[in-house]
Amino acid sequence: MTTVIEVRGVTKQFKIHHERHQSLKERLLHPRSGSTELFNALREVSFDVGAGETVGIVGHNGSGKSTLLKCICGVLKPTAGQIRLRGSLAALLELGAGFQPELSGRDNVYLYGAMLGLSRRTVDAVFDEIVEFSEIAPFIDTQVKFYSSGMYVRLAFAVAVNVDPDILVVDEVLAVGDERFQAKCVDRIQHFQREGRTILLVTHNADQVRALCDRAIVLDGGDLVADGPTHESLRVFRERLLDDAAEHDPEKLLGTIQIESVTTPSGSFEVRSGAGAHLEVTVSSQGAFSGNFVVEVFTRAGLLVSRSDAQGAPVNLVPGVNRVAVDLPTLPLLDGVYDVNLGVVDALGHTVVAWREGAASLQVIYDGREGGIVALGAAVTQL
Amino acid sequence: MDEASLAGPRERALAAAPVRVVSARVGLGRRLANLWSRRELLWGLVFSDIRIKYKNSALGIFWSMLSPAFTLAVYYMVFSLFLKNGIPNFVVYLFAGLVVWNMFLTAVSTATGVIVDRAALVKKVSFPREILALSNVGAAIVYFVVQVVVLVVFLLVLRHAPAWGFLWLLPVSFLALAAFSAALSVVMSAVNVYFRDMKHLIEVVLQLWFWLTPVVYSYENSIAPHLAAHGLSILYFLNPVTLVVVTFQRVFYVTPVVHSTVTGQVLNILPTWSFARFLELNLALLALSLVAFVVAEAVFGRLEGNFESEL
Repeated sequence: MTTVIEVRGVTKQFKIHHERHQSLKERLLHPRSGSTELFNALREVSFDVGAGETVGIVGHNGSGKSTLLKCICGVLKPTAGQIRLRGSLAALLELGAGFQPELSGRDNVYLYGAMLGLSRRTVDAVFDEIVEFSEIAPFIDTQVKFYSSGMYVRLAFAVAVNVDPDILVVDEVLAVGDERFQAKCVDRIQHFQREGRTILLVTHNADQVRALCDRAIVLDGGDLVADGPTHESLRVFRERLLDDAAEHDPEKLLGTIQIESVTTPSGSFEVRSGAGAHLEVTVSSQGAFSGNFVVEVFTRAGLLVSRSDAQGAPVNLVPGVNRVAVDLPTLPLLDGVYDVNLGVVDALGHTVVAWREGAASLQVIYDGREGGIVALGAAVTQL
Repeated sequence: MDEASLAGPRERALAAAPVRVVSARVGLGRRLANLWSRRELLWGLVFSDIRIKYKNSALGIFWSMLSPAFTLAVYYMVFSLFLKNGIPNFVVYLFAGLVVWNMFLTAVSTATGVIVDRAALVKKVSFPREILALSNVGAAIVYFVVQVVVLVVFLLVLRHAPAWGFLWLLPVSFLALAAFSAALSVVMSAVNVYFRDMKHLIEVVLQLWFWLTPVVYSYENSIAPHLAAHGLSILYFLNPVTLVVVTFQRVFYVTPVVHSTVTGQVLNILPTWSFARFLELNLALLALSLVAFVVAEAVFGRLEGNFESEL
């Protein structure tokens, strides 16, 4: 496999100005103003991305994921280290940033194309496709300043994805536009995957990463803390989130509650499809706590089968060891292994106080030969 | 079967694609090559700049004519009616110098603020940032060409023939001016990011610079004798715009030696150099300006690393 993105020891420092001296007088009066502070947005980050991979970059706000992406796109220059890229790159960073409000949609398509490094002739060849994808054909000769924000984003997205990039970089843009357009974007990205293009997806939406990526990279405070298969990286991501939450936890609840172990009455995690699973969870708590359990079931491919949160009666934990029964009354699933994640949240559901990724793995046994996730048992008979 | 034959066409094309490097220090050669490879963006920005400027105005690009025409009229009235400088046919002399000055002025004054003005773009989209400054130089060149066309029409109406033998100096001189304007614009646009009042300072400097350039007065007649007396003639040509202005005046105004319209005395208003001498000086200026541009690129490369924390 050809390596298309090679990130080697990339460090990015920002100067934070506490007082800005931007006029000449101020610069002359304070030649070496002491009120700047260096801030490491990225520290010695290294990884490779091969052709055709879809890699998710996750991390909470301020983890450096957008900085990393901007370095890869060349918008920012790393302070140290280097990034080597092979093939053309299109970035969906803040869609429409390159647009000139005074120009028509048509002129902007060409100008934006030129910014992405395309010749006029190349844009000519895909112009009709761009207009069709953006669904703004009647307004293509209208000045962009009269566009609605949705039209603006659609046009920018249409240009970026129709320029035949080898590498597509996507930053949170899937969060914009209406639901139908989002679906169209996801569809387009999946189409790109099938064509063997390389995709970097930055988001803090773990579900999106699970759905689209084979591999994920986790950044935390500028450090690369995990790089591997999506579900493993996401486990690290969630643990980091919990650690982080613990630091800002006003009631100091986090860490006081631990999900220790999960067993079943029979000791077996094999379940026949359609039957239920009864899990017995051992939870240790340092104090009394009343909250709810969150239960997630994932396929091995990382698809969310079900998430139930804060449903049912609250659980009252007492200091010491508690035993809690988690009932999954029916699992109408196809053959395979399903991972169960368990968490404890406060009564309002705002704060996660304990989390156990991969608390149990259920082996579902099903004799039918259906495809998909759910065993519907569809039957066809002649009437 | 080897790995390459299993790979799809995209992957094979990828394996052959050149590698681009993003790092703190990019070599000057690579910068220049990169700039050249993005020239299409430069044309795109030049024309969008011009279109945006006149999009909502009824007279369009003619506005770019009105201001120079007004300047021409004012200086003509002042220096041939009130403060008589004695140059016969002064309007041609003035016009020839003014087209050169206008291009330099427009390029440098608009380019200085451009990186700050387009901060949103600079922070979001990747392209060689100096293209923004160069697009302003490009727009200034377009206005320059329009003004030269007007000058030619003007000369036709006045039935004033240029110095045909010197005509080939124009492209060399123009290129030298363009390269020098580009060098200064690129540096100023970057410096302005760090010192925001550079934009205002440059306006003042350019005003002073105008009076140091022989556009409304004649170089040979008013300053050269004083400098020559101290052996400092070269000092005057440290201002690169002067040589270009004098060359344009030599081509369009033609006569270096005239009789004053005021006193009737013989006035030596332009250098009496031969074509070869003019060419030599202009080629030297072109070479120096190109060196200045390369230096400007290097300076810009050093300064742009911190743009995002300053913008």
